[in-house]
Amino acid sequence: MSTTTEKPPVTTSPPKYFGRAMKRVEDPRLLKGTATYVDDLKLTGMLHAEFVRSPYANANIRSINTDAAKQLPGVIGVFTGTDVNEKAGTIPCASPLPGGKSPVHTVLAGARVYFVGHPVAVVVAKTRAIARDALELVEIAYEALPAVTDAEKALENDSPLTHPDLGTNVAFTWGLAGGDVEAAFNEADRVLKLRINHQRLTPMALEPRGCAASWHAGECSLTLYTSTQVPHLLRTLLPGMIGIPENKLRVVAPEVGGGFGSKLNLYAEEAVVSHLAMLLNQPVKWIESRRENAAATIHGRDQIGDHEIAVKNDGTVLAIRSKIIADIGSYLQLLTPAIPTLTGLMIGGCYKLKAVKVDVTGVHTNKVATDAYRGAGRPEATYIIERVMDYVAAELGQDRLQVRLKNMPGPDEFPFTTITGLQYDSGNYQAALEKAKELAQWPRLLKEQENARAEGRLFGIGISTYVEICALGPSKIMAAGGWEWGCVRIEISGKVTVITGTTPHGQGQETSFAQIAADRLGIPIEDIVVLRGDTATAHFGRDTYGSRATALGGTAIAMSIDKIIEKTKTLAGALLEAAPADIEFADGKFFVRGDEAKSIGWGQLAGEAYVAKNLPPGFEPGLEASSFFEPPNCTFPFGTHICAVEVDRETGQAKILKYTAVDDCGKQVNPLLIEGQVQGGIAQSLGAALMERTVYDENGQLLTGEFMDYAIPRAVDIPEYALGSTETPSPSNLLGVKGVGEAGTIGATPCIGNAVINALSPLGILHLDLPFTPERVWQAIQAKGGAL
Amino acid sequence: MNISVKIRVNGVLHEAEVEPRLLLAHFLRETCGLTGTHVGCETSVCGACTVLVDGQAVKSCTMFAVQADGAEVTTVEGLANGEMHPVQEGFWECHGLQCGYCTPGMMMTAVQLLERNEAPSRDEIRHALDGNLCRCTGYTHIIDAIEYAAKKGRE
Repeated sequence: MSTTTEKPPVTTSPPKYFGRAMKRVEDPRLLKGTATYVDDLKLTGMLHAEFVRSPYANANIRSINTDAAKQLPGVIGVFTGTDVNEKAGTIPCASPLPGGKSPVHTVLAGARVYFVGHPVAVVVAKTRAIARDALELVEIAYEALPAVTDAEKALENDSPLTHPDLGTNVAFTWGLAGGDVEAAFNEADRVLKLRINHQRLTPMALEPRGCAASWHAGECSLTLYTSTQVPHLLRTLLPGMIGIPENKLRVVAPEVGGGFGSKLNLYAEEAVVSHLAMLLNQPVKWIESRRENAAATIHGRDQIGDHEIAVKNDGTVLAIRSKIIADIGSYLQLLTPAIPTLTGLMIGGCYKLKAVKVDVTGVHTNKVATDAYRGAGRPEATYIIERVMDYVAAELGQDRLQVRLKNMPGPDEFPFTTITGLQYDSGNYQAALEKAKELAQWPRLLKEQENARAEGRLFGIGISTYVEICALGPSKIMAAGGWEWGCVRIEISGKVTVITGTTPHGQGQETSFAQIAADRLGIPIEDIVVLRGDTATAHFGRDTYGSRATALGGTAIAMSIDKIIEKTKTLAGALLEAAPADIEFADGKFFVRGDEAKSIGWGQLAGEAYVAKNLPPGFEPGLEASSFFEPPNCTFPFGTHICAVEVDRETGQAKILKYTAVDDCGKQVNPLLIEGQVQGGIAQSLGAALMERTVYDENGQLLTGEFMDYAIPRAVDIPEYALGSTETPSPSNLLGVKGVGEAGTIGATPCIGNAVINALSPLGILHLDLPFTPERVWQAIQAKGGAL
Repeated sequence: MNISVKIRVNGVLHEAEVEPRLLLAHFLRETCGLTGTHVGCETSVCGACTVLVDGQAVKSCTMFAVQADGAEVTTVEGLANGEMHPVQEGFWECHGLQCGYCTPGMMMTAVQLLERNEAPSRDEIRHALDGNLCRCTGYTHIIDAIEYAAKKGRE
């Protein structure tokens, strides 16, 4: 049995691409092995860099001896913090919070290391093998110090300090309050308390990071090829670090092998490699190993939350009051502090709470930094509120669906302003829930559970109803601007080049943007090429993260096409001997209103526009337009997920029997790609729910530094799906799209978690923390008296 | 001390003097210039580097080039024969890839599976992919793609 998905309506001639499930135009190069990822680049005279990394979580560096390494034949140089740090800048955080304390983040360690994997020195050699050999020859004397590894203990007075110079392990505190919290708690019939932890996760994109820098001495300019989601943000941030002007830096994200937020950053290695290419006047490449990726690329999640919930006996959830400790690791990377604030903003989920109060404490520990991992703060929020909804229902003895329905805003209440001031753009939460119930065959599922329980089996049903915040976002909430840019060029031949400032890396926008453009221009999709990921061609951009690319980047392209059409009406009017106001455009043709027989198309118009012999007075040659789209608001996709699990009493193994998801991401450009995003997101959630956990021991040693130790889902772990959707257009952009890249990771973890706990509930287990590994579940079963 | 090897890759004989420690994956990528084979973990877990050595799916990151001396190796670049291989076609039709990094290895494993079992069940496909990790797709479309290829191959 395969995935059952609603098929979109078949469109008829003339071809309409928007809304069609189309296979991707970018696939042939990927399928034939001819795509170019960073490690596939060979630049003339290229050298290879490898980093010496700290084996300690917290240690003073007593001495570094690079003599032996430098003497190895083929080694070009060995560089330490003393050599590099003053010339390669400090790693920026774009989201510092008022009153926060942040350590100076040099590109290589100075006198002290703060996490296992901290880069201490860099070797440059003629081959990668020689560079790796030389790593072994760099002698570093460390004085190991007690490591800070538990965020709660780190707040105690006698705790060692991650950064003694800051005088505290508290990196920041942040609070959010809306509504009258005291009044809401006074009004409550009861106050429930729940502690919910969300474990640390490792993103594990299949392609590790890597970069190659090339200095062009004649032009005094640098090209940096890097496996990143954000070439434009790098071009904004890196020049000041390495000391070149912005207009002398070109950043290229070639084929990028997955990101999930882990490549939404400016990393030390990118600055060091850039600096070394300039210093040595030779191209330098560095490719991350999997061990380095697990240790030195950002992690995600890692929150401990204590929640008080004010409820009425009728199931009304009045308010939530939360204290959240975020274990952010040793440094502030680009968006580290912003992630738990997104948790605070979205903690109310899709419910009409009267009051919310959230206090977040960000804590430094001797671990690698946390930052945006797919969902970035929203999975944590959704996990909290959806666990809370189940907990409330269980405590009150009410139906879980009814408790949710009781607290949701109705479809007529949108735009809905939350008590903390967000404006949810559009929604129909009840419709998604009803559709999910239908697809999941809810009554039959309940019957199956009844039968299973009668047989003594641990059969659970889980549900989550989520809302997320996407298409980030208006510039007022984004440090470096939240607009997006697009450019459309009708070439002299009539072919079309579309350039996006977003940076797709697997999402498929070379296809979906071509779909948008083909319809709007009325031309075959084969005539369109979409360019992305190179600051030399995409002059502006804010890149790909936060499920923003289609909503913002797609809109910027549509706006540009509209500008070209408007301009072209003047040219078409001159050629057809009519006033521009009398010219209409449809299906790729310009004609005089009422006389469609006499029309001209893009090919002829493009020729005229560029050859420029018969242009009307004042008409600027060429057919090109670009646009910055500044969105008025974020978008708020939503949906309902339902799943059934069975827990093996003997082993504690939870198996998902059937998974249903109904997601509403607004208008759908390409349902096939949306299905892929949803399935991939659910799989990552399944990992988070059942197997994934980043573990540091009490000395700060990373125990999950490989795929051998860090379990990500395999094909055998994946259930069959029933997927569906509802379509509530967003009013925030002219395409009506919302974004779908993170929906699966936001909706699915609480759904699976609720199902496992529901399976265990006959044993009296009402809460258990992530991840529901066989060992943890088995222990919980044993603690309740074993296998009955 | 370098060792001389002769390895036929996608039908083309490559003769080279290689370090004994050179991995087959690096031989293919660096010596032969065939960068379609990817390295994702260097520990034989992720399977991105899977190639066929004398018809057997092998993780080329944990096999030395010298061990492949005299062997016939097929990489992703050798899959298509003018037209796309049914497995490549299946991955395209069913959206069996997103970032594409795991895809070459995933497809080579699928080729071996279909040579051994021309009509695998979905569960048999799942088990055959146990040595190949994908972080993007969630596998379902990959299973669809291999089912598609199996059907196509039987036609």
